[in-house]
Amino acid sequence: MANIIGAVTTSHIPAIANAMANKQEDTPYWKPFFDGYPPVRKWLNEKQPDVIVLFYNDHGLEFFIDKKPTFAIGVADEYHNSDEGWGIATIPPVTGESELSWHIANSLVEDGFDMTICQEMKVDHGLTVPLSLMWPGNNYGHVKVIPVCINCEQHPMPQPWRCFELGKAIGKAIESYDEDISVAIFGTGGLSHQLDGERAGIINREFDLECMDKLVSDPEALTKYSNLELVEIGGAQTVELNMWIAMRGALRGKVTELHRNYHAPISNTGSGVLLLEHEMPSK
Amino acid sequence: MAIKDPTQPVPGTYLFNGKMAKKGYGLNKMCYSFNEQAARDEFNKDPDAYCAKFGLTEKQIKAIHDRDIIGLLQEGGSIYYVAKFAGLLKLNMQDIGAIQTGLSLDEFKALLVKNGSGEA
Repeated sequence: MANIIGAVTTSHIPAIANAMANKQEDTPYWKPFFDGYPPVRKWLNEKQPDVIVLFYNDHGLEFFIDKKPTFAIGVADEYHNSDEGWGIATIPPVTGESELSWHIANSLVEDGFDMTICQEMKVDHGLTVPLSLMWPGNNYGHVKVIPVCINCEQHPMPQPWRCFELGKAIGKAIESYDEDISVAIFGTGGLSHQLDGERAGIINREFDLECMDKLVSDPEALTKYSNLELVEIGGAQTVELNMWIAMRGALRGKVTELHRNYHAPISNTGSGVLLLEHEMPSK
Repeated sequence: MAIKDPTQPVPGTYLFNGKMAKKGYGLNKMCYSFNEQAARDEFNKDPDAYCAKFGLTEKQIKAIHDRDIIGLLQEGGSIYYVAKFAGLLKLNMQDIGAIQTGLSLDEFKALLVKNGSGEA
């Protein structure tokens, strides 16, 4: 049986990729941010998950608004990054896990989540920045990644409660997979930020820290928010919290926080990292 | 926004909803094309011709000319696609933030620091 061994949340801001490319990790601006990652890398290195299920949003690389899936899942053996238009370096191909992806897709649709199922899917910074962060030098080729894309760009967007339910359904699907593999869940993006409008520049540190607390101990509280409330409280792009909430849905029982870091601002954003474990089902 | 719009309940925020997605379709499609270097080159060579190719409205073309980020949002631009246009102009998120808020770049960066520290 496949086991979920834990979860990681991280920001996926494009500027992080540039900072890594330009070797700025130790500069005063970036150090408090990058200092949050060694414990997570160490955990990944020790635990060696076979598969990462990664929640992210596509900011206009694979999906244009001609067809905009609410939830999409990749089922390919490999994914490619490409030029996003504003100069972050593209990264090497990402390895997929087709068989488990299809198993999850089948299970999700069976459970009422009508996914868009993708055999070809360009993955943007939402997915690639977290991989580069966790495996410096882009040494992530050995890890199989299953991309799960949540619409955070165009309203109507799935609500937090629905993303939590999606996460639960993915957790259930993974645990019903009859192969002895280990899976880690990544929730990416967020936290509070607003890029657009006269209100650009909003960051709500207090809310971000509260979200990180609740994500560990009381995720249901976060599912009570509507996307519009998230916009009002933390800024227009705070809806990316939905990827963290989806991640949390896949965990079960008592959740333990092994590590956290929060730093703001990075670019225009409050940036959080969490490393979580949960109660593993007994075999 | 000048006129109260019930689909836009958060002042200073341009929720990209169905109405905006329809209004800004050509504009966003043009900006989406900027994922390709060849498209960026073609735009730079003749911006007006490139805008015409995607059927931009007069207001949208003017906002492109003026690098008017707020104007582009009001005319249906999604910030994610507008960001690709900004990237073509070598502007980053702080540059765009400064333009939209009417602050200097340093003032906008100071605002981010202040908000990020929880002082605001």
